[in-house]
Amino acid sequence: MEDFLMIGLLLVLCATGIAIAFMRDLLVVAMLSGIFSFVCCAVFVLFDAPDVAFTEACVGAGVSTVLTIAAIRLTGRREKREGRRASVLGLTLACICGLALIYGTLELPRFGDPRAPSQTHVAPHYIDRTAEEVGVPNIVTAVLGSYRGYDTMGETVVVFTAALGVLILLGGAQSRPLRRGDAPARKDQDVVLRGIAALFIPMTLFLAPYVQFHGAYSPGGGFQAGAILGGAMILYALVFGIDRLNQLVPERVLRVIAALGVLTYGGTGVVTVLLGHRFLDYDALGARPAGQQIGLTAIELGVFMTVACVMIILYQRFASRGDQ
Amino acid sequence: MRDLIGLFPYWAVVVLMMTGLYIVIAQGNLVKKLVGLGIFQVSVFLLYITAGVVEGGTPPILNDQFTSYTNPLPSVLILTAIVVGVATLAVGLALAVRIREAFGTIEEDELQPLATPEQPAQKGPGA
Repeated sequence: MEDFLMIGLLLVLCATGIAIAFMRDLLVVAMLSGIFSFVCCAVFVLFDAPDVAFTEACVGAGVSTVLTIAAIRLTGRREKREGRRASVLGLTLACICGLALIYGTLELPRFGDPRAPSQTHVAPHYIDRTAEEVGVPNIVTAVLGSYRGYDTMGETVVVFTAALGVLILLGGAQSRPLRRGDAPARKDQDVVLRGIAALFIPMTLFLAPYVQFHGAYSPGGGFQAGAILGGAMILYALVFGIDRLNQLVPERVLRVIAALGVLTYGGTGVVTVLLGHRFLDYDALGARPAGQQIGLTAIELGVFMTVACVMIILYQRFASRGDQ
Repeated sequence: MRDLIGLFPYWAVVVLMMTGLYIVIAQGNLVKKLVGLGIFQVSVFLLYITAGVVEGGTPPILNDQFTSYTNPLPSVLILTAIVVGVATLAVGLALAVRIREAFGTIEEDELQPLATPEQPAQKGPGA
């Protein structure tokens, strides 16, 4: 049964991917890529990776789709048909590469094989020792925050840097100040849409802290919670207008909070060093598991602040662009 | 048959990866290229997650009722990669927006003549 579900979902995924390649209307492409992400999300759940599915659902299907549409608004909707030569050449190359890769897969361990090298290397350590060494049930959170805390710090910095990049690229003039009489410009908007948004946004806002603080016990954590909060704010801007969002959370505040998030993460590491342990070794903060839990909470908070603010900044920048 | 099902997820990964590759190399629109890059990226995510699945395992959240868990490491690597993916996508889109504002198009074949200097034969310093 599970095999059929897997094959079905993967086929839908491939079909969506191929459909994206053939579509010329970029708005349709953006919508299809949203569907693509949702199907992908279902595959991740099926493959026992709920944390990843969670992230893909809010980031891949939500934020990326909105950002793509916001960019298409600025760059134009129609795509030019490519030359025949380019498409034949590309197709040939893709087919040759694909066949070579498929030939390569014949040697790979079969799907779900417990004796595969990837299951016997470092994973058993994480699974066997997390309860004792970190003391949180969600192994993914333990690995993310404690065992591989360096990696995660790097990723947080990358997210922050990307926001800086967008701020520089789409920066220049500040988004125009809100004038009196601007705000209710979209009053004629669909009542149903506004009603549903008014119902969903508060629920989403409540979901974010739950995902944040329960992340050690169930799928979730700073990345997901940040993306959910960011998504809720983007939804608010989509329905009620970007000016209202800019008024609610000005960009200068978001920039400071995003930087503070990175600082919280790095600062936790510096504190552990000052207490005589290694960088991001949470045992410095107290005996196990309390010290580990304090450290995880601190860095997850840093991740949450950075990711949430970066998501909102990214959307604000794209949405405010046309108004200048 | 068992063998075929055991390899099927990898083949799906290959098909997706090649779809992404095709879009990136054959199609000229910069936004479309970024979407293609996204498909390529998802195929890599899927490859990692596929490699972590254990037959009969449960999601890696400790519980007394279970003894066999799926590998947590791919989940960690990929969930951060997804968030980084959207951030880099935004940078790419911002570049596309700027290119459109500067040159009035984001089609590669129309940009190519604009990007090359007037006289390509002259190769002085700073050209």
